[in-house]
Amino acid sequence: MSIQGRRGIRVALPYLLPSLLGALLFAILPIIISLLLSVTNWSGMSRVRLTDGFLKFVAENFVGLENTKAILGDGEFWRALSHNLYFIVLYLPLMLALSMTAALIINAPNRGANLYRVVYYLPVLTSWVAGSLIWKWLLSPVYGPINNALAIIGIEGPLWLQSEVWAMPSIVLASIWKDMGFYAMILLGGLKSINVEYYEAARIDGASKAQVFARITLPLLSSVLFYVSMLSMINAFQLFPQVMVMTKEGNAGPNGATMVMVERIYKYAFRYGKMGYAAAYSWILFVIIMAFTYIQKRGERRWVNYDV
Amino acid sequence: MMSRIHAKVFLYHLLAIVLGILAIIPFLWMISTSLKSGGALLVVPIEWFPKEPTIQAYEKLFALTGMLRSIGNSLVVTAGAVLVALFSSSMAAFAFSKIRFKGSGFLFMLFIASMMLPSHVLFIPLYLIMNDLHLVDTLFALILPYTFKAFAVFMLRQQMMNIPDAYLDAAAIDGASLFRSFITIFLPLCKTALATLAIIIAMDAWNDYLLPLVLMTSPKNYTLPIILNALSGQFKTAYDLLMAGSLISVVPLLIIYIGAQRYFASGLQIGGVKG
Repeated sequence: MSIQGRRGIRVALPYLLPSLLGALLFAILPIIISLLLSVTNWSGMSRVRLTDGFLKFVAENFVGLENTKAILGDGEFWRALSHNLYFIVLYLPLMLALSMTAALIINAPNRGANLYRVVYYLPVLTSWVAGSLIWKWLLSPVYGPINNALAIIGIEGPLWLQSEVWAMPSIVLASIWKDMGFYAMILLGGLKSINVEYYEAARIDGASKAQVFARITLPLLSSVLFYVSMLSMINAFQLFPQVMVMTKEGNAGPNGATMVMVERIYKYAFRYGKMGYAAAYSWILFVIIMAFTYIQKRGERRWVNYDV
Repeated sequence: MMSRIHAKVFLYHLLAIVLGILAIIPFLWMISTSLKSGGALLVVPIEWFPKEPTIQAYEKLFALTGMLRSIGNSLVVTAGAVLVALFSSSMAAFAFSKIRFKGSGFLFMLFIASMMLPSHVLFIPLYLIMNDLHLVDTLFALILPYTFKAFAVFMLRQQMMNIPDAYLDAAAIDGASLFRSFITIFLPLCKTALATLAIIIAMDAWNDYLLPLVLMTSPKNYTLPIILNALSGQFKTAYDLLMAGSLISVVPLLIIYIGAQRYFASGLQIGGVKG
């Protein structure tokens, strides 16, 4: 087949077809349906067929922006949002510091670095269900090893997941364990892309290790650090399986201490029979994530260094 | 001088090992617990290592109805997801990199933009779509969404851009069709990228929680994470059982991961977006 044979949409279409069908059915259509549902009061009980009078159904159950108003007017929404933000405040700095440390360890030319890389990545391979069960058991107040270890040094450990104060920090702890290796790998990619000539030049000039880290590594890594902090924040807003599995008892933890947004969306949709409400909720969360991403992006210029 | 270097290396390993212990202790506790019998779980002070190790928990676990089946389901879904994703993504990547057509750039941009779509917006409508396709509570519902994996298309396109067009011209002179060149020349040349993607997608499919939670309504179609989740509700404190189940869910990925180290080292950074 000549160059001429590699032109035109008719040649390309058979190759694109599986992906395009997938995109249509599992991305584009869901967006449209979700937007339409978010302005209805559909309970989830009545059967809805997309192929049979869906638009008529939407028109008959149309409530406009009532769902959005109801959500924003409900104290529970603000509580869930504040829990997500609390999670991020605890999680992000610690996660960044630890994954940065892990990345530097893996990147060092020392013996054993490869082994450390494998070990740090193990929690990433674990499913969130397994990881949550492990942590629930680690944090068991009486029979768990954490409180037993604390008892050895004379500290009486808290009730962790069963305490309103400690439930969220427990989730943070488990999440950092699970995610450190993942973000360390991304940071490692950034470290590896730094030109070694900078380090050689610094060495010749007699710069100390700390100086090299502060003046060369950090500035040259700032764009990757920015990417990691953005990605981890987006993921943190969608915190879900660990909360579902670790605080299964009660309504999202003791006195709702681990009630977060995606958990609310899931429960409104599939437990409380408020599909329309849940769809609207999911778009509100989407807007919040976009807003935070935008704010971070604006701040990018202040500290990210792109000129190398 | 020599002792200063030794001190540095010592500090390096100390820090590295502390982090390593933090990462690995939960696994050790999981293994230790899974080898205890029911009574040994609830003693204070706790047994750090089982005094009388037993595989009772594993026997009990596999005697539960649905356990073996859920492992089978997870294997089917994972294999299906990998095959479907690699097939459709490599074809699309080929079209984007080697066939010129109007709107190619724009369409590719749309693909990339779709990576921003959070899964929490999609799961409710996805349930409806699968319902209309009569696929709710079938394993197909968990596999089919993998036909569209934008990051896989992106990664493979990068790879294929680096393969010269001359290969296609030469194959054409030999009388090979475009599709044949794709299969016999392009796919083998993208081996590393394909293997890396296969691992990332297998991890995703094997560990997925939200989609099977929503789409699999009867226990016979549960995947491993979902049956574990159900068991944790049913046997709240039977941690010997739950830890044995967790261990079983981790082992297959562990083997793949360690076996495929070199692919991970080269290609993992690109899969930075979850889901």
